[in-house]
Amino acid sequence: MATTATTKTKWWAGGRSPFNVEYGKVMMWYFLMSDAFTFGAFLIAYGTTRFATNGWPDPNQVFNSFPGLGSGFPLLFVSLMTFILIVSSVTMVLAVKAGQEMKKNEVVKYLIWTIIGGICFLSCQAWEWAHLHHEGAWWGSNPFPNHDGTLSSTNFTNFFFTITGFHGFHVLSGVVINIVMLIMTLNDTFEKRGHYLMIEKAGLYWHFVDLVWVFVFTCFYLI
Amino acid sequence: MEHTSEVLHHEGHGHHDATEGKKEVWRITLYLTILTLVELAIGYYMYKAGLENGFFKNMLKGLIVALMMWKAFYIVGYFMHLKHELRNFALTVVVPLFLFIWFIIAFLADGNSYNHLRNTYDKNHQERASLKMEKKEVEHGHGKEHHTGEGHTGEELK
Repeated sequence: MATTATTKTKWWAGGRSPFNVEYGKVMMWYFLMSDAFTFGAFLIAYGTTRFATNGWPDPNQVFNSFPGLGSGFPLLFVSLMTFILIVSSVTMVLAVKAGQEMKKNEVVKYLIWTIIGGICFLSCQAWEWAHLHHEGAWWGSNPFPNHDGTLSSTNFTNFFFTITGFHGFHVLSGVVINIVMLIMTLNDTFEKRGHYLMIEKAGLYWHFVDLVWVFVFTCFYLI
Repeated sequence: MEHTSEVLHHEGHGHHDATEGKKEVWRITLYLTILTLVELAIGYYMYKAGLENGFFKNMLKGLIVALMMWKAFYIVGYFMHLKHELRNFALTVVVPLFLFIWFIIAFLADGNSYNHLRNTYDKNHQERASLKMEKKEVEHGHGKEHHTGEGHTGEELK
């Protein structure tokens, strides 16, 4: 252990991972890269359509409701959602760090917080979708006029529901993965294995979900 | 499986940098929060000032996109730890993403050019852009206006 740290390491001489990363983690990275292209293609399709259209609804007029407060609060609800996801990302980092230090109880604690954060986010999204649906928005139906009051197209709602839906599906699978990780941790699977690398891979996925939200949030709610 | 545990040992997370790592997490969290608040402030300003589409508004949008990229860098670099991986490995992930530079420029330019062509040669397209839509009052009490959603959804102009 000490020798590898001090002497010049021949990474490509064989007998080791030349990237110093475990195989599953490398593959998780490459999966996430491909997923980034999927989301990128979606968002670029949205951008292209927006550039090919004369008017577009103002997000501040569309997304301005907050549960219990009524309408007239642009950006407020989506700020809450963004904040929830960032915080859950932080608790995931702490779970990964606890795993590297082999502290089972801390891993369990932070994983539970992360799962709660994910469920909160999904609940927020469910509320927002239900609210928009009540206002008449859905795939193929757009009740919101353009920024300048002109007739809008259904592209706005189609892209919104497709892309936030695809992201929400990622959040859902992330929550399921984290629940599986929690069960495995409680069953001492990682203690017996001697490392918590699995938590790191689940963590990568969870951070990616947060990362995608940064882009979705900016593209749909801010600009 | 031997490989797995061997790699883990090489990564060597000693106890002395454990607290430092935690500090870094909170530092990055603070940065992400500040950047998000700045983004929201700009977005709110664009809304309140009621800016017309033009250079200034596009510049603000560009600024928001720059802040977004900055946030992405923090998440990928620190939360996902890519900054601390071997450089060669990080490059195998990052270099393919440069495809996005072409991807974004080409497609947005194409959309823009298509719109320009249609505005120039397709009278119907231009007329559609000036049609007023019956503005629906967005009230909190939902349900009762449900049917208005289908009235002027642009179906008749498809």
